[in-house]
This record gives sequence, structure tokens and C-alpha cells, in this order.
Amino acid sequence: MSIGLVIRLLVLALLVGFLVSPESFAFVFEPLTKNNQPVIYNQGSLLDLTLNHLLIVAIATALATTVAVGLAILVTRPFGAEFLPLSRSLANVGQTFPPVAVLALAVPMLGFGTAPTLVALFLYGLLPIFENTLTGLTGLPPTVTEAARGMGMTGGQRLVRVELPLALPVILAGVRLSTVISLATATIGSTVAARTLGEVIIAGLLSSNTAFVLQGGLIVGALAVLIYDGLSAIERALTRRTGQGARANA
Amino acid sequence: MIEIQELTKVYGETTVVDRVSLTIGAGELCAIVGTSGSGKTTLMRMVNRLVEPTAGKVLIDGQDTRDVPAYELRRRIGYAIQGHGLFPHRTVGQNIGTVPHLLGWEKSRITKRVDELLSLFQLDPAQFRDRMPNELSGGQQQRVGVARALAAEPNILLMDEPFGALDPVIRSKAQDDLLAIQKRFNTTVVLVTHDMEEAIHLGSRIAVMDGGKLLQYATPQEIIANPATDFVAELIGGDRPFRMLSLAKVLSLVEPGEAAGDPISAGASLREAYAECLWSGREALPVIEDGKLIGRISRNDLARCAARPS
Ligand SMILES: Nc1ncnc2c1ncn2[C@@H]1O[C@H](COP(=O)(O)OP(=O)(O)OP(=O)(O)O)[C@@H](O)[C@H]1O
Ligand SMILES: [Mg+2]
Repeated sequence: MSIGLVIRLLVLALLVGFLVSPESFAFVFEPLTKNNQPVIYNQGSLLDLTLNHLLIVAIATALATTVAVGLAILVTRPFGAEFLPLSRSLANVGQTFPPVAVLALAVPMLGFGTAPTLVALFLYGLLPIFENTLTGLTGLPPTVTEAARGMGMTGGQRLVRVELPLALPVILAGVRLSTVISLATATIGSTVAARTLGEVIIAGLLSSNTAFVLQGGLIVGALAVLIYDGLSAIERALTRRTGQGARANA
Repeated sequence: MIEIQELTKVYGETTVVDRVSLTIGAGELCAIVGTSGSGKTTLMRMVNRLVEPTAGKVLIDGQDTRDVPAYELRRRIGYAIQGHGLFPHRTVGQNIGTVPHLLGWEKSRITKRVDELLSLFQLDPAQFRDRMPNELSGGQQQRVGVARALAAEPNILLMDEPFGALDPVIRSKAQDDLLAIQKRFNTTVVLVTHDMEEAIHLGSRIAVMDGGKLLQYATPQEIIANPATDFVAELIGGDRPFRMLSLAKVLSLVEPGEAAGDPISAGASLREAYAECLWSGREALPVIEDGKLIGRISRNDLARCAARPS
């Protein structure tokens, strides 16, 4: 536990340090450059790109969470049950479409920039959250949901007081999955001119500058690991708080 | 009063409850017994509409249960679900306070009620109020489940095998507490059990179910003396004389006179008195009530009470 925490804090410290003052780390990337190429990405601020990258992911995930959880709640209510198969297949379509294809299709409609990336990330984020919310809401112990009915809770009260709190850890696992996928996928957004860390990687690839590629890749990687870890920790705490240690899963 | 009229539940092809009619008077305790799968739980759950009947109806104090919204009906009826069904994310106190909370009781009143119930069920409030259900033993969870059903002081209480996970000592304490509560508040109780002993001890009337049908609905005396079918007789088992004895108290058979040896309390069952006679080899026992000697009870009288009523 403590060793893991130390490593995480170290990664976080390195990441922040590098973003605030990339030049201080020039010596690390120096050996990777040839012919006097620039060592540190110089076509924009790495910090700005990182924040923008995170913002896009956050917006897309927030939207995906709202829609997916909302849909899952609807289709698990008595009146929405008949839409369950339909909504499942819709979310599946979102997932089978390659992100590049979504980007390519979105550009003619939405133009270049952030919008098509947001759309792609949003569609991509739906399925894990939707599936997990369904699992969470339908996999509750029957005696507990029956007790809630038997006590005289209305449908809304059961949802808010019993079903959602108990399903929360599983829902959050879906959000975590979706966030990490989006973090990676957002790099592709740079191909349609969204300002994400993909820029750094693409710039490196175009100029055969391995240092750039590595910088972009490392930042995205560190972000993914840290966010994944943080969300996992919240989930574990929630699982423990809801007194269902045995039900914890990914 | 609960009137169950021609109640039927069909799942697919199988009739799980088959045209059951019975009336449970106010303040009565109706024990439903039967083998596993005989439809006891289903019958009980049709009373608070957790299961919607295929046919027939239930009247509570003359009112059709379908005339009020299901959730309102259920808040008025205490329900101890089979296997406790506590909310794992709520503390013991919050679990017990569920229905009072739904009914909009004041916080202080809920807290007071929760502590009262915890004490009643031998759980120290200071120690248990803020625990999570998974930090309790099975028997403790079950008692909290029963406490939750009682929380809003309902007129009607449905209990599905509420004492199954309790050890004999705590179980007999919990049974006596239930009887005391039921007497004090004149609660109408429907209690499902596998255990004929429990049904005879608690029930003012016993409903015997088999294969979805109600075989017999009668007082314990009647059931023991005249079982309606072989199945009912089998359920009562071979020790019918002792079951008869367990129905009455020593007080009912006291005669003037003296006897030697340790006295027996007037509140004990005849069965206990007979056992004591046999065990200590005495022809009669002195009887005390509130610490005072009030007479004696004789083995011959006890034996006569154990015989089949004519
Ligand atoms: N929702 C359902 N769908 C189909 N069959 C059901 C359903 N609920 C109960 N049954 C069936 O109805 C029958 C009676 O069930 P019920 O739960 O009332 O039995 P029980 O007498 O309470 O048994 P136990 O003592 O084991 O609790 C069983 O055969 C059961 O399989
Ligand atoms: Mg049952």
C-alpha cells in the first residue's frame, strides 16, 4: 500500500514538474534527438495542451455518464423495459464504430476542431457506463429490493435511496473504464485539429523526432494511470461504505 | 381484521396459491405452516400486494387493499422479509428507521423509537445503532429485520420466518417479546414458519398449507385434536400429547393442597410441569405465583390433559 502510494505520488510529482517546467527535463530527452532537433515540444505549451486534453475528456465523459446512466435507469423501470434491447444495441453500435471512422464522418458535419472529437469520445464512452449501470441496477440482491418495496418506498424513493447508492461502485467502474478509453482516444482528435496531446505525438512522427513522441506518450500514459488509480480508490471506498465488500468487481 | 377471499396466484401453468380464504381477526396471531414451496410466502405477500393476486381479494378492516396506492398500504403494514433483507448501505439505526422516515416522523422521535426497539431485541443501542448490517451476526441481522418491521407501530405485521436464524434461547425470548408486543398493541400478526412448535406456541390460529391449498385453519387445540388430513397430522408429529400440554398454563390446573420439593411458576406451561414431575419423580408440584404459594398441580391431572379431547 505505502510503496504503491509513494510511486503514485512520485509519478504525479514528475508529471506536474514536467508540465510546469519542461525545459528542466531536457537532459532526459536529449539523447533521443538527432541533427539539432528541438528537445522539448516547441509548438505550444505542453501544460495548455494537457489541460485542454483533460477538459475534452471530462466534458465527453460527463455527457456520456449523464446519458448512459439516464438511459440505464429508464430501461430498468417497469415502463421502459421494452426499450432495453434497443438501447443496448444502440450503445453497442457506438462501440463497434472505430473512433477514426466517427471522426471522419463527423468532420463534414461539424467541421474541423474539437466538436467531432467530443462526439467520438462521447459515443465511445456510452457503452461501458451503460452496461455497468445496467449490471449495477439489475444485480441487486432481491431481498433488498423486495424489502424496499415492502417498506412502502415509491419507485423514485427506491431508485434514489436504495438502487443507485448500491449500484454506485459498479457505475463508477464504468465511468473509470470510459475515462481511460477517452484519454487515449482523444489523442486521435489531433488529426482533425482538436487541441490535444496528440499534437505532440503527431509533430514528433512528422519530423521523426522521437523525443516529441515520447513526451506526448508519457504524459497521456501518466494521466491514464493516475486517473484510473484515483477512481479505483474512490470505488473501493464507496464499496466499503455501502457495506458490500463481497460485491466489489471491476 | 384481514379477510382473505378466494385468493389465487398462478405463475405460468402452476397454481401456487389456490383459492385460499381465511379471516384473521384483529389482534389475532395467525401462524401459517407448511412444507417448503407450499405457497406460504406468496400468500403472505399478496396481503401487502408485493405479489398481485391472479384472482380473489384481500380486505383490511373491510377495505379492499386495491383501493389504496400500494406504497401507502405497505407503510401501514409491518413486513419482516424472509432472510432479513436489510439495506447494506444503511446503518442499523437507519434501517430500523426506514418506515418512520418515509412517514415523515421527526428525527428525535425516530431516534427514540430505534433505541427502544434495539433494547427490546437485546441489542445495546450505543453499540449497535451505528453499525452496518454486515457487521452483525445472522441472528442479530434477523432481529434488526424484525425491529424494522415494527418501527412505525403498524396495526398489521407480516413476518416471514422471522426467527429462523436464532438460537433457542434468543428465539424463545424473541417469541415472548413478539407475543407481548402483540398483546400490548393488539397487533394483527401473520407469521410464516416451518416449525409446528413455533406455530402452536405463538398462533391463536394456525393455517396449514400444502401445494397452494389451505388444508386447515383452526385454533392450535383444534388442529392437534382433530387434524383435518393425514398431512396435517404428520406435520404435528407423534408427540401430540405434549403439544396439547404446551398449550395451557399451570395456573389453569392448580388445585388447593401442598406438595414437596421445588415449586413451579403458575405461568409455566403444563408441559414444563409434566416434565418436572417425570424428572423429579413427584406426584405433585407446589405452584407459586408472584413468589407466593397458591396450591399444587398433580401429575394425574396433567396426564388427563394430555389425552385426546373427546
Ligand atoms: N415469481 C415467481 N415465479 C414463478 N414461480 C414462483 C415465483 N415465486 C414463487 N414461485 C413458486 O411458488 C411456489 C411457492 O413459493 P413460496 O415462496 O410461496 O413458498 P414457501 O411456502 O414460502 O416456501 P419456503 O418455506 O421454502 O419459503 C414455489 O414452488 C415457487 O417456486
Ligand atoms: Mg417462504
